[in-house]
Amino acid sequence: MSNIPAHLKYTKTHEWIEEQDDGSVKIGITDHAQDLLGDMVFVELPELETVLEAGDECAVIESVKAASDVYSPLSGEIVEVNEELVDNPDMVNKNPYVDGWIFRLMPSDPEQFNSLFDAEAYEMASSEEDH
Amino acid sequence: MPYIPHTDADIQKMLDVIGSDSIENLFDEIPAALRQTSLDKVPSGLSEMQISRLMSERASNDQQGLNFIGAGAYEHHIPAAVWEITTRGEFYSAYTPYQAEASQGTLQLLYEYQSMIAHLTAMDVSNASLYDGASGLAEAVLMAVRANRKSKSKRILIPDSVNPIYRQVANTIVKNQKLSLESVAYDPNCGNTTLTSLPEEPGDLAALVIPQPNFFGVVEEVDALTDWAHQHGALIIAVVNPTSLAMLKPPGEWGKSGADIVCGEGQPLGIPMSSGGPYFGFMCCKKQFVRQMPGRIIGRTVDLDGKTGFSLTLQAREQHIRRSKATSNICTNQGLMVTAATIYMALLGPEGLHQVAHHSHNNTNALIKQLTKHASVEVVFSRPSFHEAVIRFTDRSVEAVLEQLQQHGILGGYNLKQHFPELGEAMMVCATETKTDDDLSHFAKTLADILDSKPS
Repeated sequence: MSNIPAHLKYTKTHEWIEEQDDGSVKIGITDHAQDLLGDMVFVELPELETVLEAGDECAVIESVKAASDVYSPLSGEIVEVNEELVDNPDMVNKNPYVDGWIFRLMPSDPEQFNSLFDAEAYEMASSEEDH
Repeated sequence: MPYIPHTDADIQKMLDVIGSDSIENLFDEIPAALRQTSLDKVPSGLSEMQISRLMSERASNDQQGLNFIGAGAYEHHIPAAVWEITTRGEFYSAYTPYQAEASQGTLQLLYEYQSMIAHLTAMDVSNASLYDGASGLAEAVLMAVRANRKSKSKRILIPDSVNPIYRQVANTIVKNQKLSLESVAYDPNCGNTTLTSLPEEPGDLAALVIPQPNFFGVVEEVDALTDWAHQHGALIIAVVNPTSLAMLKPPGEWGKSGADIVCGEGQPLGIPMSSGGPYFGFMCCKKQFVRQMPGRIIGRTVDLDGKTGFSLTLQAREQHIRRSKATSNICTNQGLMVTAATIYMALLGPEGLHQVAHHSHNNTNALIKQLTKHASVEVVFSRPSFHEAVIRFTDRSVEAVLEQLQQHGILGGYNLKQHFPELGEAMMVCATETKTDDDLSHFAKTLADILDSKPS
């Protein structure tokens, strides 16, 4: 069973969302997602200051098996990207919830938080997908 | 895999399995109005003997002539060894194989090709080739829009001095993808794209295309144009003649930081003109843009035992993995043409290619000098050119002159009126290394005789 920390929020497209003290959110992909994708070889980060709508494609992660889009779970503006991933994309595999974060977003619509999954709902959604 | 057609019994067996009465039933889905049931314009079959005869008769209609036409396809000497080696059984296969790594020889050849092209252009990476020069430019334009992350624009500046056929092809391919190709006028005296002809406030731009040499054969001010584009956040797409790179500064060294994407027509590198094809396109880029580059890329690696091997690399960009988001729907390369080009470059080496470029340049200059001795022939552009130049007739039409030259067995040049009517009675001539001093003076004398005779 994959690791699904209880303090995070999730999407059905396998992104996790962590609220920060300054009101921004960190976003990455889940342990389950990195396990499915396999060894990461490249992460195409979003551009700083890009303004996104919830559901917009904003990054690409490329593994030895596939290249997949990362979708922004929330509307808002990109305020920071994890430059470390440029040289060490495997951090997404090794530590998807901490070192493997992809970008930080300043959300523009707090209402959207209500549509995110909690850990339990994500676990249910991702286990249903497996069948 | 042998090619064995299905017998009637095979077909019946397959139809039985899928529960269909006839093959015809399988096409039910297609509305009757869209079906073409009879092929009345396709003649019935001919025997091998009949078709050989028909084709020899048609081939004899082609006049060889003494060729001074350039304009995108160039007559260069191709050493006999090039096609002797290319058509050996080991190479004589047109495609990148589907089980690519099983064909190490093919991959090694493509790797060598990429290394040579990257060296010639002074760029970081080359792909394993594209369809041809014109579609290569279209791919480069699409790539620039994807790769330029500083710009959200889909606007590309394409100077009028780019081959008009390339501009048409690029426009056909990109116009439905909401890209806009905006033209830039050339200087009427110098024939190049000048900084003053570029917009003062270009706004958000994805890229500027720079042809080198340009369609008129004229050498562009590549350093200034490159720096201008980079100052405005635009990428540089270089469209270059590979032969010319043996003499001219390679695109990787243009301006302060070099061209970003380079493409061009590979035909001058050992491919016969063959009435227009098959040719191949080449494409290179800076390493930072490699994931946006279409086509296949071969990498060198080691196997488990540490032995050198070759493999397809960066495949995640390609359509079998990335589906609709692939960087291109091109997968097939022009494998056989690339094989010939690689062998051509290997046989000539840097020095041989330099000699080809040098002789072609000198021959064209010498030809222009001789042709313009006649009072009614003038040079149109003042800037230096590589191995093509534009001349104008002051008291004859180009069509008439070309027709009379052809009657004397001379293919005298490329009529520019169709695409550049503003140049008047102008044509472009090209004398490659294949032309002797006698050829040049024969052309000049024949032309002078025609111009001195009464107009017919």
